Amino acid sequence: MTAAIEVEDLSKSYGEHQAVTGVSFRVEQGSVTGFLGPNGAGKSTTLRMLVGFTTPTTGRAEVLGVPFRRLPEPGRHVGVLLDASAQHPGRTGREVLTLAAIVLGLDRRRVDAMIDLVGLTGAEADRRVGGYSLGMRQRLGVAHALLGEPRLLILDEPANGLDPAGIRWMRSLLRGFADRGGAVLLSSHLLREIEAIADDLVVIGRGRVLAKGAKQELLTAGGTFARAADERRLAGALADAGLSADPSEGGFLVHASAEQVAAATAAAGVVLLELRAADSDRLEELFLQLTADHAREETAR
Amino acid sequence: MTSTVATEAAPAFAPGSAALTGPAGVPFGRLLRAELRKLTDTRSGRWLLVAMLAVTPIVDAVTLATAKPNTLTYAQFVDITQSPQKFLLPLLGLLSVTTEWSQRTGLVTFTLEPDRVRVLRAKFAATLLLGLMVIVAVFAAAAVSNLLGVTLRHGNGNWSFGAGGVLDMGIIQLTGLVQSLAFGMLLLISAAAIVAYYVLPTLSFLLLSSVPALASVKDWFDLNSAQTPLYNRDITGSGWAQVAVAVLIWVVLPAAAGVLRVLRSEIKSG
Repeated sequence: MTAAIEVEDLSKSYGEHQAVTGVSFRVEQGSVTGFLGPNGAGKSTTLRMLVGFTTPTTGRAEVLGVPFRRLPEPGRHVGVLLDASAQHPGRTGREVLTLAAIVLGLDRRRVDAMIDLVGLTGAEADRRVGGYSLGMRQRLGVAHALLGEPRLLILDEPANGLDPAGIRWMRSLLRGFADRGGAVLLSSHLLREIEAIADDLVVIGRGRVLAKGAKQELLTAGGTFARAADERRLAGALADAGLSADPSEGGFLVHASAEQVAAATAAAGVVLLELRAADSDRLEELFLQLTADHAREETAR
Repeated sequence: MTSTVATEAAPAFAPGSAALTGPAGVPFGRLLRAELRKLTDTRSGRWLLVAMLAVTPIVDAVTLATAKPNTLTYAQFVDITQSPQKFLLPLLGLLSVTTEWSQRTGLVTFTLEPDRVRVLRAKFAATLLLGLMVIVAVFAAAAVSNLLGVTLRHGNGNWSFGAGGVLDMGIIQLTGLVQSLAFGMLLLISAAAIVAYYVLPTLSFLLLSSVPALASVKDWFDLNSAQTPLYNRDITGSGWAQVAVAVLIWVVLPAAAGVLRVLRSEIKSG
């Protein structure tokens, strides 16, 4: 089965400045892939190359098995939201969707259905976009992306400007879309926004992929958290088994799998109170650690 | 924003499964319909259109009321209304291109139709259609005014105009429209393109008129000077050559460079 998105060794340079270097990743149908990185890391440049807005210096990017520019009626297959604010302020929300419906050859009822779907009222849809809040623009942008019944969504920072309820709404919408077989590529500079719904993660910093893979794997790559009634005996058991561990939140963060820890503590007869994959704070730490240096350099430039 | 709706679970939304077959892009007819609609669905677009529709009857009415009766001919009514149209119509074409960048709507336009040349063709066709409607309106209003001139003011009432006159007028309006699209594509920023489109030809005229050494080339290099015989409807063989050269400089070359610029420019949000 062809991947929903396949990016291979993609690079873009502007003169001396290397914006994106050798980026490769895949997005499978039926999954949400979080595209994470600090601002200026090359996320938007990568997304622009993906939809044919920017010509890559080297490498290739394909959606649904073909370059974006070769898609027949792209809006019927791929829903794109790159910047919710990029709308003519003088058009109403309904008019923006109607124009797209004309281009896509869709019934006008589809416009009404999408307005309902994203939770805009009829009155709001008839107001000019210039008066919209950022959250309303995001909703309009999502309605626009979904209009042509795509099977792939490419969304750049769609949660920006949404209130907490809106973010939850967006999550459940995208999760439902992926659970029914759709694919989503979701970019964000905030880990929190993405970790709740992503199946896979691609972490990018200074134009390079710093980490990628299943969220679960990246999460356990942070190690295993273990807590025992007797802290000292646990430490001894871990040391005897040759597992390195750091004290953390009343227990230990062990750089090993849960199975290894369990084997070590069972052998030593240590009673465990807690044994689990290190929680997602570790993922955040990973993300911060992977991107902090790059982010600092970016802002220092 | 109704947060009550937002807190509810999002409705089920299934991904589509349309077959990936057929030629790349969108059928041209749909692009054209969308571009025609874009010309009129914003407040600025609507007012520009209202101005274009209103200016012809207003100018005709003023002429009807004030001009000497013996000058009230069909040709006269056409002539005095085509100049304001030549001023307004290009603005529409120019803005149809530059708003895609200035208002960043290109981010949407070019994801629905990635082939930028096809989008440009749709814009050209849409503004051309509107331009044809305007020309028809100019002729219709002139006919009505000429009739009124005869009945109300015992005007001259001469109907002579000729097919050649229609062609001359068509060329003038068409070059203006294409030139404005070209400047729009070349500069991509509304304000800059408008200034360039309306100021540069005037500067060219002033420069070529004021420097005696350049006077001989004025009719070749200055579009308005070259087109003067077209306005007067007495163009000759060498006049056509001058129009061709001036159009090449002011319309064809900027249009070619503009298309290249549009094809090569990055579509960006920031």
